[in-house]
Amino acid sequence: MFKQKNYLALGAVILVALVLLSLPTRVTSRLKLAVGSWFLPLFGLAGATQQIPADLASSVLPRRELLKQIDNLRTENQQLKSQAVQTAAVMRENDKLHALLGWQQTAKWQLKLANVVMRDPANWWFTVQIDLGARDGIRENLPVITENGLIGRVSSVRQTSSQVVLIGDPNCRVSATVENGARDNGIIIASDPLDNSRVNLTYLASGANLKPGQNVLTSGLGGIFPKGIPIGQIVDARSVEFGLYTEARVKLNANLGSLEQVWVLFP
Amino acid sequence: MNLFQTILILFGAFLGVFAEGVLTFPRSVLGAQVDVLPVLMVYAALNARLLAVVLLAIFGGIWADTFSANPFGISILPLFTVGFSIFTQRELVLRDLPFAQVVLGAIAGAAVPAFTLLMLFSSGHKPVFGWGTLWQFAVMSLGSALLAPFIFKLLDWAQSAFGYQSRVENSFRLDREIRRGRILKK
Repeated sequence: MFKQKNYLALGAVILVALVLLSLPTRVTSRLKLAVGSWFLPLFGLAGATQQIPADLASSVLPRRELLKQIDNLRTENQQLKSQAVQTAAVMRENDKLHALLGWQQTAKWQLKLANVVMRDPANWWFTVQIDLGARDGIRENLPVITENGLIGRVSSVRQTSSQVVLIGDPNCRVSATVENGARDNGIIIASDPLDNSRVNLTYLASGANLKPGQNVLTSGLGGIFPKGIPIGQIVDARSVEFGLYTEARVKLNANLGSLEQVWVLFP
Repeated sequence: MNLFQTILILFGAFLGVFAEGVLTFPRSVLGAQVDVLPVLMVYAALNARLLAVVLLAIFGGIWADTFSANPFGISILPLFTVGFSIFTQRELVLRDLPFAQVVLGAIAGAAVPAFTLLMLFSSGHKPVFGWGTLWQFAVMSLGSALLAPFIFKLLDWAQSAFGYQSRVENSFRLDREIRRGRILKK
């Protein structure tokens, strides 16, 4: 049953696997980069294929519908402009007050739009690939958000793409604050493999006054995520480890299941 | 059994890994993505040379790990373990029967991720794991089972359409020809 060539094949595969697994992270990330480049034609093809229905839809859309959309966008633009003017005034006032009190100025966020091009083929990691890489100034640990709130951080960077580890993955722990009177602090940890719309907020104080619907924001502790990025809302809470601390379930604001465009935040 | 078949299997794995990452279905509906590599491994182990099994394990594993947070190369051994086990017992399997393909697809679809998770945990990694993982295993196993007959048919068709068949040795030899004489014509 076992011929010599079987032993040879077995030995060869075990050797290759062991060599690859024992390589340092820097080398494996370069290898991943090299192997990932083999798929570039497929990415191009997929992008072009996705563009065809959009082009087709825009070419067959009636002119009246387009004009209506332009009107709506114009109105929305005006509203946003007036809000921006108001926000700028508040920011100026805030800066003045900061200066009067001698507080450190909060750095303004810079954002870069990225497209989600791929999800992790393995079911046991919550990661996505985005189409911005080192050439766009992306570096490891930059926070990634959507218009609804935080979704994760950049975990590895290639030349033209990056990997983003999403909230709910064990490799993306976020220090968070509950928007209540006590401003309870906790840590967002892994979620259920099937439900990535909810995460657990743990290590909250044992007597934390948590109510469903309270907002959860980044606390700014840990040095990766800036303070005040919305994460989600409290669903329920329970006492764990014989009352040692409290754990709450948080419904995420962002829908991690249907990510298409995300913003990389440069704090 | 020729080089074209091996190339065909590897090309299938290449496209399969890419499709798994790009397509949101069935992950968006069932909460888990079906892996094509175990089914391809079953096909390779039943129908191709050992070289195809080895190459599929190495390249398929590397491709799958490239777009994953998996450590690079961790998928090689689980794929090869399943493929090699089937390869050594393949004379006992009725490979043309869809039932055999479905059963082996289901086993491989659950065994490959189970071995991979085992390797991840034993190497100190912490993947997302919970009761929901059982459901994901069920989806992967069922998905592989359903995919198996389809992939077998597709690859067999591609092999017959684009590949060449190895020449079958003919038993006819000129020096062994029986020349019939008149005596038989009586």
